[in-house]
Amino acid sequence: MTSSYRPDDLIATDIAEYLAQHQSKSLLRFITCGSVDDGKSTLIGRLLYDSKMIFEDQLAALEADSKKVGTQGQEIDFALLVDGLAAEREQGITIDVAYRFFATEKRKFIVADTPGHEQYTRNMVTGASTADLAVILIDARKGVLTQTRRHSYLAHLIGIRHIVLAVNKMDLVGYDQSVFDGIVADYREFATSIGIDDFTAIPISGFKGDNITALSANTPWFTGPALIEHLETVPVGVAGDTRPFRLPVQWVNRPNLDFRGFAGTIASGSVKPGDQVRILPSGRTSTVSRIVTFDGDLAQAGPDQSVTLTLADEVDCSRGDVIVAAAEPPEVADQFSATIVWMDQTPLLPGRSYWLKLGTQTVSVSIREPEHAIDVNTLAKLSAKTLNLNDIGVAEIATDRGIVFEPYEVNRDLGGFILIDKLTNATVAAGMIRRALRRAQNVHWQAVEITRDLHAAQKGQQPRLLWFTGLSGSGKSTIANLVEKKLHAMGKHSFLLDGDNVRHGLNRDLGFSDADRVENIRRVGELAKLMTDAGLIVLTAFISPFRAEREMVRSMIPDGEFFEIFIDTPLEEAERRDVKGLYKKARAGEIANFTGISSPYEAPETPEIRIDTSRITPEQAAELIIEHILGVWSPVL
Amino acid sequence: MGFALTRSPPMQSLTHLSRLEAESIHILREVVAEAERPVMLYSIGKDSAVMLHLAKKAFFPAPPPFPLLHVDTTWKFRDMYALRDRAAREAGMELLVYKNPEAEARGINPFDHGGLHTDLWKTEGLKQALDKYGFDAAFGGARRDEEKSRAKERVFSFRSASHRWDPKAQRPELWRLYNAKKAKGESIRVFPLSNWTELDIWQYIRAEGIEIVPLYFAAPRPTVVRDGLTIMVDDERFPLNGETPVTRSVRFRTLGCYPLTGAVESEAATLDDVIQEMLLTTTSERQGRAIDHDQAASMEKKKQEGYF
Repeated sequence: MTSSYRPDDLIATDIAEYLAQHQSKSLLRFITCGSVDDGKSTLIGRLLYDSKMIFEDQLAALEADSKKVGTQGQEIDFALLVDGLAAEREQGITIDVAYRFFATEKRKFIVADTPGHEQYTRNMVTGASTADLAVILIDARKGVLTQTRRHSYLAHLIGIRHIVLAVNKMDLVGYDQSVFDGIVADYREFATSIGIDDFTAIPISGFKGDNITALSANTPWFTGPALIEHLETVPVGVAGDTRPFRLPVQWVNRPNLDFRGFAGTIASGSVKPGDQVRILPSGRTSTVSRIVTFDGDLAQAGPDQSVTLTLADEVDCSRGDVIVAAAEPPEVADQFSATIVWMDQTPLLPGRSYWLKLGTQTVSVSIREPEHAIDVNTLAKLSAKTLNLNDIGVAEIATDRGIVFEPYEVNRDLGGFILIDKLTNATVAAGMIRRALRRAQNVHWQAVEITRDLHAAQKGQQPRLLWFTGLSGSGKSTIANLVEKKLHAMGKHSFLLDGDNVRHGLNRDLGFSDADRVENIRRVGELAKLMTDAGLIVLTAFISPFRAEREMVRSMIPDGEFFEIFIDTPLEEAERRDVKGLYKKARAGEIANFTGISSPYEAPETPEIRIDTSRITPEQAAELIIEHILGVWSPVL
Repeated sequence: MGFALTRSPPMQSLTHLSRLEAESIHILREVVAEAERPVMLYSIGKDSAVMLHLAKKAFFPAPPPFPLLHVDTTWKFRDMYALRDRAAREAGMELLVYKNPEAEARGINPFDHGGLHTDLWKTEGLKQALDKYGFDAAFGGARRDEEKSRAKERVFSFRSASHRWDPKAQRPELWRLYNAKKAKGESIRVFPLSNWTELDIWQYIRAEGIEIVPLYFAAPRPTVVRDGLTIMVDDERFPLNGETPVTRSVRFRTLGCYPLTGAVESEAATLDDVIQEMLLTTTSERQGRAIDHDQAASMEKKKQEGYF
């Protein structure tokens, strides 16, 4: 084996000196972008091979594998080194983000390797989120392709500052300078158009090793730098970070009553004892007392360091708060414009409630219909009602309380977020805050003096939300009507929101797509919430087919006031009744997205009340519901 | 407010070790903040030693707010047991030792039971221990540079209620954001050392003066050679089939059950010697472990079944 980057002589003769040198190395994280045939895996395989990250036993296995499944004939197929999982080795493609490691004399490297097929956007954005630099690979025979534009756009979107254009397979074009120059000129034109001001172009052959570790004799017209040389010298990290101090609090360290430390990773700026800080969102101020570490107190700490601060005052501060430079606080807002990359098979449902995690803050959010999506190939803005897997779009998001943030381009830690599905817990999207919406800053919660308790007390009742759910024709409206009549007769103040009626007015603009169904329920939920605030017993009769929306409404209402009432009528029975003749039309294909026929109904798993309409009459059902409600009725005053 | 606009001067860039250390501490804290009942799997090897050291740093001046769990096979080296008990005590942490009662009752051992030994003691033992104590997050010392299937595993790696890993249903991890949400019964394996390499581990042990098991350093030890592996005869349970142990100067690059762990002949008696030898060696770290040679993609298969 020949090594190009490792000083084996020094290791052999003076290990202590070698280790001293190695210890002061910096770390560069980069991502390689290219499609299946650009030779990306081959390039990474070569970098690992040349840096002696491959051992004899691995090499022997590699040689055997190369003969078995390799694509390079009898030559070693470097790509096999990096294509990890058995399933994908058989398919000949990589399916996910993999991280590789190698080091040279000057630097240690972590490479995020992402595949080039249709899952690309999600994987590349993931890999790029931690990268300092992107290597964009181009096949010299093919030039700037659609995917080159896509990779470059994504790298730029995620804020990677250093772009390397590696024009690969130069051996296959006879190391022709004019080919290289032509590609660079094409690329420069495109790069400038999307805001990439600067990039470094290098003609290489990953297969033959040209201009990887040293300048190649095959390209005398190229004056450098070679790829490794460039990777070793490009400035990294946040040296010279002049941004103001930000520390998202991860964990409050309280081993005893005498110590209270705020632990976290510094997102930007630096801090020293005596600095005046502000705790957001409360806005309280204090002074840094100590920067506590296992190795003794620090005089100063900077970006990316994991520290524990103590403050001079007893101020409230917990996980999710952000400790910031007192004189330069970031904004707190609850409505934003954000760029969102959708990463899940299940598309975005505008209006549905998701978790948003940003720094150490986790809040409930809903997302509006996208303003537009972006075609990552042409970069054209497209109109969109939703976002599907690998879609990128711009949308407004609303959080259920104010969060501390900065635009992503200013601060990745305070501007980058993930969205989490509340039922599956999957990470469904990544997002980047562009800016807060002005209306968020101007519309504040109005503190009212007549509280919901006072409203309810005046009516001599406790607010309730009786949420009827079930298939069309299951009997929701019929039973809800009977229940309301009984409540009315008992002198209770109630109001029935009926699905059909609401769709004639408040929700006239909504159709029956999944997204519109979600928005329908969101609005009804908000309206019902206001009515319960007014002290009413609210009954709603909506199909409300999705569990997530029913849970969203439940989460809006105080504990114990929400009753999910499942009117359980089998589809065959509802269809047999077909009171409004809708099933017939749906079966005939005249109605799209009809629940039970062409759109799913997610039955409640643990409703407060379940009514089996095949066993009891609507009158009996109403009595049962009243009994149940009254049975748990807590007397007022 | 009348605060002057004075900022501290910009800092120097961190070295690669400081960056790795900070990242690992961030991960450890994130789990403690979000999980209900975390635990650290402690296997007594050098990676475990580094992970424990990082935990001490992450929560200083408090002791790490979770117990250590050793899933014991009863076949570790004696030196390992000695360090295990001392390290837990010095860290001020509770040490839980779990031995699969079925494996104990059946007398499962590496000589008579082959792959079943690892399966019952380690894989099954780990699942049983996690279920018994109800841990919902377990730190492990695995690194991505160890093995190809690990290169693609997330830092937060989810396991179903039956402890299975689905490599195709991994959550994307962006920036420093980890999604720790999970359903009841599910658990997370968390790998704070994901981005460390073997050299980083050694370098950090050297820089921080972390105590490791003496078996990593060469010393004269009684050994026999079987199936190409040099095995240390660590106690009287080792069945000598007419063999006479030979004293060789050996050390170990990885530590596991002593009858399954191959030694390398070496004179490297100091940390610098060991690192030097590691850098100049030409075989990979896991080669000393019998477990990986079973079949192609063996590690990936084991992990899907619940092996750490």
